[in-house]
Amino acid sequence: MASGTFKILIVDDEPNIVMAIKHILEDERFTLYEANDGETALKLVKDTDPHLIILDVMMPGMDGFAVAKSIIRSENSADTKILFLTAKGTSKDKLQGYASGGESYMIKPFDNDDLLNQVLYLLELE
Amino acid sequence: MDAKIVVLASLFYLILLFMIAMYAIRSANNGRSIVNNPYIYALSLAVYCTAWTFYGSVGRAAQTGFSFVGVYLGPTITAPLWYMLMRKVILISKKLHITSVVDFISSRYGKSTFLGFITTIFLVIGIIPYISIQLKAIGSSFDIITQHFSDATFWDSNVFYRDKVNYFTILLAIFTILFGTRHLDPNERHEGLIAAIAFESIIKLGTFLIGGIFVVYFVFDGFSDIFSQAAANTNTSRLITFAEGPRSSANWFWVLVLSAVSAFFLPRQFHVAVVENTNVSFVRQASWMFPLYMLVINIFVLPIAIAGLLKLPTNAESDMFLLSLPLSEGHSWIALLIYIGGFSAAASMVVVSVISLSIMVSNNLLMPFLLKTKSAKHASSGALSNASLQIRRIIIVVILFLSYMFYKLVSYNYPLVSIGLISFAAILQLFPALIGGLFWQRANKKGAIFGILAGFVIWCITLPIPTLAESGIIDPKLISEGYFSLSFLKPYALFGLDQMDSISHSCFWSMVFNITTFVGFSMFTDQDVDELTQADIYMNIEKYTDNPDIEIIKKEASAKRLKQLLFRFLGAEKATAVLNAYDGKISSTDDDKATSEFINYVERILSGAFGAASAKLLISPNIRQQTISIEQIREVLNQTKEIIEYSHALENRTEELQRTTIELAQVNKQLQHLDELKAEFISTVTHELRTPITTIRSFTQMLEKKTDLSPEKRKEFLHIILKECDRVKRLINQVLDVEKLDNHEGNMGKTHVNSTLQFAIDRLMPVIDEKNITLTVKFPDIHSTVNLDEDKLLQVFLNLLTNAIKFCDTQEGKIHISGVTDAHTLKLSFTNNGKPIPVGFMPQLFQKFTQVKDGNLAKPEGSGLGLFITKAYIERAGGTINVFSSEAQGTTFELVFPKDR
Repeated sequence: MASGTFKILIVDDEPNIVMAIKHILEDERFTLYEANDGETALKLVKDTDPHLIILDVMMPGMDGFAVAKSIIRSENSADTKILFLTAKGTSKDKLQGYASGGESYMIKPFDNDDLLNQVLYLLELE
Repeated sequence: MDAKIVVLASLFYLILLFMIAMYAIRSANNGRSIVNNPYIYALSLAVYCTAWTFYGSVGRAAQTGFSFVGVYLGPTITAPLWYMLMRKVILISKKLHITSVVDFISSRYGKSTFLGFITTIFLVIGIIPYISIQLKAIGSSFDIITQHFSDATFWDSNVFYRDKVNYFTILLAIFTILFGTRHLDPNERHEGLIAAIAFESIIKLGTFLIGGIFVVYFVFDGFSDIFSQAAANTNTSRLITFAEGPRSSANWFWVLVLSAVSAFFLPRQFHVAVVENTNVSFVRQASWMFPLYMLVINIFVLPIAIAGLLKLPTNAESDMFLLSLPLSEGHSWIALLIYIGGFSAAASMVVVSVISLSIMVSNNLLMPFLLKTKSAKHASSGALSNASLQIRRIIIVVILFLSYMFYKLVSYNYPLVSIGLISFAAILQLFPALIGGLFWQRANKKGAIFGILAGFVIWCITLPIPTLAESGIIDPKLISEGYFSLSFLKPYALFGLDQMDSISHSCFWSMVFNITTFVGFSMFTDQDVDELTQADIYMNIEKYTDNPDIEIIKKEASAKRLKQLLFRFLGAEKATAVLNAYDGKISSTDDDKATSEFINYVERILSGAFGAASAKLLISPNIRQQTISIEQIREVLNQTKEIIEYSHALENRTEELQRTTIELAQVNKQLQHLDELKAEFISTVTHELRTPITTIRSFTQMLEKKTDLSPEKRKEFLHIILKECDRVKRLINQVLDVEKLDNHEGNMGKTHVNSTLQFAIDRLMPVIDEKNITLTVKFPDIHSTVNLDEDKLLQVFLNLLTNAIKFCDTQEGKIHISGVTDAHTLKLSFTNNGKPIPVGFMPQLFQKFTQVKDGNLAKPEGSGLGLFITKAYIERAGGTINVFSSEAQGTTFELVFPKDR
């Protein structure tokens, strides 16, 4: 795993999607972590205190909204930003995403460049 | 026993009754009626059990054994009909303020004065003998209880002032006047009287049981002792068998009919059951309590009769066994109790009968004539009301005097029961007109009048007249030679019919003439307007109780004159009360024109006080009635009937609509639920589609944009894309399968299990080999088939195998497939040695879009629909699928199919 300034945690239960995102965010500035479910994600957040979490919503066990709320509630991750990346695309879902502490909300399938730009934007690298 | 004690006891008992009655009246005035409950109502009906029951049944049992139960069996058998019939009669009577059985008949047939007149005369003639035997019972019981004392010689029934029955009659007259004619009540309700009657019913039952228990358990040694002694004695053994004489079945039949009719329509029964009824619903309870009362009071009749025959001298009067037995055993105090019970039975019958007769005679016999005289028309306020009470008091005295005379002349020589049955036979003559009036629209006045007259004549010549002949009052030759010495007019063998006893004979012929005349006249003559409207009320009482103001004939009257009418005939006090009780509109406008509602009210009030026929006479000069033809009125009646039917139909329709609405709401709910399921399904499917497409899109974009990718990476990406495309394909296929399930598409075919399974294994063999999985198959039977299309069964096997492969142990994968058959079933199991399915997951395993995902496992290649579809297919073939999963045994899917033949 590359060691960069910005720690990014990718949470998705689809290994192929995680793999795709990892390829898209191939950049020496980023350190990438991955998790396939909510519980693992929370553990990693505690251990690594990432700058950004790319978070899926529909996962077995804890869903993305619940994960986001838990992260926001814990104090040491107050400046962690969350980018929801999910197949749930209704405006109600979006609202719920923002309400649970998401900074941004993207819908699957996504454009690789859009994702990269969004990540850069959230990390204030542009 | 000393006569003074007996007289004192009688007096004391009357005073007690008086106090009970006064208490009931006081309670009623304070608004707490003690009479207004079903128990008192049922007890008051027991006025049916008279001295005839108390003494006479024993007498009859001593002569003929079991036949005494006939008069109780009749009302008991018909008790279920009671509710139906009495409910209707009570509703009509309350509606029309009917106060006697005569009023009930006269009102039905156009408020006919003449019909009321003849029915009243007839009933008085029929009932007086019945009252006379009650006097006889009192007299005989007094004689028996006092016979051992010297001063009893003072009483000599041949000397008027020394005849004690005379004094008892006077006492009863006083009692009746005090309670029956306290005031003129439009409803003729007498709470005090009913309380006293109910109390007397308890006393007669209680004392009879005391007598019975004394005889059975103290004189004898229980029931079995009495009956075994009875069987041993030739004189009594006949009593405990049903002797089948040639006449007995006809006699049984008529006794049952007579007693059933009498229990409904004897004037005193009608009075307590209908006129004094405070709540229609009491009839329901009374219809079992009243028969129960009769059953209990009859338990000891036969044992007492047997005991009397065994223990008493042969010349002892069998009617008085109950009293003589304790006397002969030296228990005069028990005898005194029994005497009081008998006195009770007689007194209650006499008082109620005389009151009901006095109402009839006054309202239906005298009032119509009185009203036609000039003085009545100009009577001052309340005069008629007072006159009516005076008249009733006189009538009471006259009726009791006549009964006394009859007792002196006739009853003295006859046993109690036979005279009672003669009275019953008289009541029977009203039965066709009563029942026809309730259930036959066409029944008319002429039919009723001539039917009753015909029945009356036959009754007279076949029962009372020959009875008089037998007692020697008229020439006894009549019986053997026939009327006018015509042999076909012999009173006991009319038209040569000599196969029946006198009661059956009389009932038979009187009913033949009565019914044919009644039906004949009703069929061939017409009804007038009043008959038609009254018939409609009787036939369709529900219509009138639900809709109080059906106006059939338009009537006009001055409200002021109607009020004056009330004041003149009821007196100021009563009239004011009656007007205050009326809560409808009196006049339609200020112009003094009375509403039809008020006119009807006034007429009903006057009917209550003076009878329907008299009320009609009173009110008709004051109202102008629209002249209307029979055809018109028929039309109006039909219309009102149609309106009622229509509103009933509407009610039914509304109910139906309500039901449909509820059903629709349920269906709607189901549909909504289905719709939600569908929406959820679609949203899940699109989500499931989005996931592989996301991967495909992402990698495709990278392949397109990142020109610097190594060939290995490119190959890897392309492989992923291909896999995800397959996933999309699978998903789409399975969604289509699910859709097919919903549409119940697909036909049934028979498919060989063995070859299909082999085909599935062959298909997946490359994957199995690739993953180094050991597959064992143990399936000996090669002929079994299941009822499922081949492609579907293949799908089932493929799904289960894919599943097994997917969740196999990643290092040393093992899959075992086995098949077992027996006579009825085919069992298949697919076992893999992977990690067990999480327990919490089991319930939803076979639901749509359920996937076991494990972070440590590679992403399974499932759609989440596989097991759902598998289960549905298996069930379609009549089979079941179950899953067992544990750490040690691995996971087994077990399929059971019914064996196809």
